[in-house]
This record gives sequence, C-alpha cells and structure tokens, in this order.
Amino acid sequence: MTTFAAARLVLGREIRAKLRDKAFLFSTVSFLFIIIASIAIPTLIGGGATKVAAVDSAAGAALRQAGFEIVEVPDAAAAERLVRDGDVEAAVVAGPRVIALDEQPDEVVKALSTAPEVQLLDELPYNRALAIIVPLAIAMLCYLTSLLFGLQIAQSVVEEKATRIVEILVSSVSPRALLAGKVGAMSILAFAQIALLAVVTVVGLKVTGTDAGLLDVIAPALGWFLPFFVLGFVMLATIWAAVGALAARMEDLGSTSGTAQMIVLIPFFAVIFLRDNPAALTALSYFPLSSPMAMPIRIFQQDAAGWEPFLALAIVAVTAALLLGVGARIYEGSLLRTNTRTSILAAWKTRPTAG
Amino acid sequence: MTTTVLDVGAVDRSFGDRQVLKDVSFSVAAGRLTGFVGANGAGKTTTMRIILGVLAADSGTVTWRGVPVTREARQRFGYMPEERGLYPKMTVADQVVYLARLHGLSAADARRRTTALLDRLELGPRAGDQVEKLSLGNQQRVQIAAALVHDPELLVLDEPFSGLDPLAADSVVTVLRERAAAGAAVLFSSHQLELVERLCDDLVIIADGTIRAAGSRDELRGQHTLARYAIEVEADAGWLRDEPGVTIVDLDGAHAVLELAPGTDDQHILRAALAHGPVRSFGPVRPSLAEIFREVIK
Repeated sequence: MTTFAAARLVLGREIRAKLRDKAFLFSTVSFLFIIIASIAIPTLIGGGATKVAAVDSAAGAALRQAGFEIVEVPDAAAAERLVRDGDVEAAVVAGPRVIALDEQPDEVVKALSTAPEVQLLDELPYNRALAIIVPLAIAMLCYLTSLLFGLQIAQSVVEEKATRIVEILVSSVSPRALLAGKVGAMSILAFAQIALLAVVTVVGLKVTGTDAGLLDVIAPALGWFLPFFVLGFVMLATIWAAVGALAARMEDLGSTSGTAQMIVLIPFFAVIFLRDNPAALTALSYFPLSSPMAMPIRIFQQDAAGWEPFLALAIVAVTAALLLGVGARIYEGSLLRTNTRTSILAAWKTRPTAG
Repeated sequence: MTTTVLDVGAVDRSFGDRQVLKDVSFSVAAGRLTGFVGANGAGKTTTMRIILGVLAADSGTVTWRGVPVTREARQRFGYMPEERGLYPKMTVADQVVYLARLHGLSAADARRRTTALLDRLELGPRAGDQVEKLSLGNQQRVQIAAALVHDPELLVLDEPFSGLDPLAADSVVTVLRERAAAGAAVLFSSHQLELVERLCDDLVIIADGTIRAAGSRDELRGQHTLARYAIEVEADAGWLRDEPGVTIVDLDGAHAVLELAPGTDDQHILRAALAHGPVRSFGPVRPSLAEIFREVIK
C-alpha cells in the first residue's frame, strides 16, 4: 500500500470519528447558533417600521417615504390621544408641530427637515462600524480555528499514544502517512466548518436584507482570506501534531502545547493592537505567523498593492513547508515514547522507524 | 523439514549508552510456534519491535524469505504489542475493519473477514459496541482479532497470555495452533514457561540482550538432558550407592534420582535393580523448560 493510500484511510477514520464526537458537533452547532442569533436578533428587535400619526396628509406622505408607518387622524386631539396611549411613537399636527411622549423623536424630526448636502473628500468605501468589525472578525476567525482545531489534532495524537494503539498503527503504516492523514482530516473539517459558517452568514444577511452592499465590500478580502487561511492552518497543523506526540497523556498537553499556543496567541494580539498602525500592520502582513490575519485586513482596507498578497502567500507557503519538516521529525521521534513526555531535543535526535 | 521464513541476523540496538541487544540472531519457521523466552528487560520487546519495523536496529538485518524486510512485506505481518491499545470510542467491528484495511485489504474483504473472525472469537454479538464498553478479557480478544484479521504470514505476539483467564488463554492457544497449522509462522513471548513448554515447537531464549539458546524444543531438551535417571523400586533403593558409575542426586526410600558416569550402561543399572526386587519405573529425567531456562541464563 502506498503512503498516499494509507494516509487516505487514516483521513477517513479521523473524519468519521470527529463527526461522531459530541464535543465537536456541539461546538459547530454553538457557532452556528451564535451567527444566526447575531443576524436574526437585531432584525427581530427592530420590529416593523415606527408608527407615526399624521393630521396633515402632505407631512404624512413625506414620512411614509422615509419609511415610517402612517396612521391618519382627523385632528390634533385624536393624534395626542394616540401618542398618550402609546399606539404611535409620535404625531405630526398642523404647523408642522411634532408631538411625542417623553423622548425627542429625532428620526421623525430628521425626516421632516431638509439637511444640507455634505461632500466627503476622503470617503471610505464602507462605514466606520465595518472598519472595526471586519478586521476583528478576520483575526478572531483565524485565531479561534487554529487554536480549536490545532488542539484537536494534538488530542487525537495523544489519544493514540495514551491508548498505545500507535504501536500497531506504526507497524503497518508509516508515521508520515499517519501524520498526513490526521493533518489532512483536521484541515478539511476546519475548512468545512468555516465554509458552513460563511454560507450561513451570507444567506442570513441576504434573507434579512441587512446585507446593504456589505458583501461587495468584503468580497476581495474574503477571497484572499481563504488561501491564507488554508496555508496558515496547514503551516501550524504539523506543529500541533508534534505537540501531541511529545505528550504521553492528555494531562501533559497543557505543558507541551505552551509554545504552540504562544505561536498562535502573540500574532493574534499583535494584529489586534497594531491594526491601526499602517507600518506595523504591513510588517505583520509579511511575517508568516501573522500574515494570514494581517494581509486580508490590509486588502480590506485597500492598502495593499496587487502583488503584495502573492509575496506574503509565498512566504507562508515556504514557512509551511519548513514547519512541516520540523513537525514531522518531532512527531516521528516522540511517537513511540509512550511512558513519559518527551523533550523536543530528544524527539529531534531519535532515529526514525525502519523503512 | 521446516522452512525458515524470518531471519534475525546479528542485530544490535542501544538506547543511549545502554546496549539492550547484542548480536541477536535466530530464525522463525513457517508452520511452527516459536516461543521467545527471557526475563523482564532481557530484550524481547525491543527485538519484536525491530522485527515489526517500529524501531530501527543499530546494525544487523531482519530478512523475510531471504530478503530484507520491507514495509510491503510487513503488511503481511500481524502484531500484538505488549501494551495493548485500541480506540476506546470506536466500535469493535469498525476498529478491526480499519486495521485490516491499513494492512491492505479491500473494504469488502476487510468487512467479511472481520465478521467471520469476531464470530470465531465469540465476539459477534458485541461487534457494534464501543471497545471501552467491553470487559478487559473481551478487549483482549478484540486485540487478537486485530492482529489476525488480515491472515498474516507472520504473527508476532508480545505476551499474548498476560491478563487472560485460563479459558481465554485456551482459546488463544487454539487460534494460534490453527494459524500455524495453516502455514503461518508464529513468534510469541511469554513469562509462563509451562505454557510455552506445552505450546511451542521451537524456542529462543534471551538474557541480557544476547541469545542464549535457540532451536526446536526437543533438540534443546536433548542438549540439556544430563545423564540423569529416576528410578522407583518396591523396597529401599539404598543399594544404588554401591553401584559403580552411579552418583546419587536424591534418594528417598524407594525413589531415587541418579546420574550415570560417562560410559555407564543404563540397562545394566536396570538389571541390577531387577535383581534387588520389582521395579515400578525407570527412565531418563527430561529437564523442564524452567530448568533449561535457569541453566542457560546463568
């Protein structure tokens, strides 16, 4: 059997095992729930259009155009009654005069007044809220999936060591096939989960009509986010497998995974805190560990030249290849040391298994 | 006529500066059960791991049917490590099918053989249960199924009987005999010397990382049989003290164990005994495996 065929078998088992794992299913469902809730709740709370009573039909027409629901009333007394009863938010009576109960009806006032024209000299292609939310979302997504799925790779390696099945596995297939199958399976699951969340988000935004051109604005950044995320994930996946192989029991993971957690955590905080500093963000967008977060943010901010993402991606790819080699060697060197946790040095020096 | 299939040749292995295997050489024949005997830490597990390619040898060779063992050849080996291990959350059948497929079986073959083997090991009704829900004895049977499912040409079992109750041990013995009869080579290690003695055709004895004795059980017995006889007579056997060429090892009334000097005719002793009265039994003393073991590891 070829290494590839063996890796495919391992991959198949890993995916089936994960799909039956309650913790994994629960986390996926929770993410979905959070996304659906965060899209649906504002729409539900927003309710329908604000109700306004109007005596004057001309004012009523102007308000209707601005999206208010108009209740026509015969006179000011009737309008006042509706306001007092809470049936409408505000009423417009002759004058025009606006009546409300205990709060300035700013929206209604704005709709009735004529605002002067405003010209922005340096207009952003998106609003200020998005400028904050999108980079945060990209960084969070990268950080959380790396950490969650990375830890799961480590756990599934430790499980095989702790249950000692690893010796049977290694006697029939090469450690590289095992490693490739595991990393492949977890990558597929991570991408599938991201894709599922992305599809639900897009569909949710379309259905509730809160899209408002948002998708067009973030599409290029998202398009680049994908290859960066894929390579970035694979880059760290073998390191997580090595972290798992260094441990002998689940309890050891806390100490062996410290370095890997820092490798994920430090770039994340660097990007979060330095995202408004163009020079720092540019540097971070080329540093391979932070590049998958920083470069899509720069693309979103329309700050990166056309060739820049290609260069950054190439740097990530080279780093991924290097770390793959390092991770694989540590993995093979520590896989069969099932009694105690292994030091990185000892794992590095251990001769691999026979052909 | 036996056919040697597995040859371990001059294998050395050290862990750090501790040499655990020194010039280890022995062979395993097809169709025979070979017992691998040694004290704890003598090097049994390391040797087996090297045969399976789980560990690399520092020097020396392992050949299968005359050529150095490849991963391809190892696909036809079955291995039961000393430290048992299965995926606790996987069902019995899925687990065995998966391991069969890792050994190169097609999905259909793997499933068919798994069903047959689980039935054979009386695990059929538990096929759909998660391994962690099984009793330890049944988990052990699953482990054996995992080593056997791809019908290996070489079976390497590290302490297959440890932790088994006598009934389960018997069923393992039966299965191993069947496999050997079907032509497989079987190498197993054990501490239980009486069991090895009863079961195996060939023996390899290892101590401190060196092979102290290897060969067929009967051959080894022959080599280690001293000119020692046991006799039981009707009356007192004390007259034996005066027989020329006889050294008494043990004398207890009518029962005696004696050693004959080279050139002394055992039939002469028998005739002398008959002259003294009725003889109930007379014959050479066959050393037990435990005795041979103690002697060769000295």
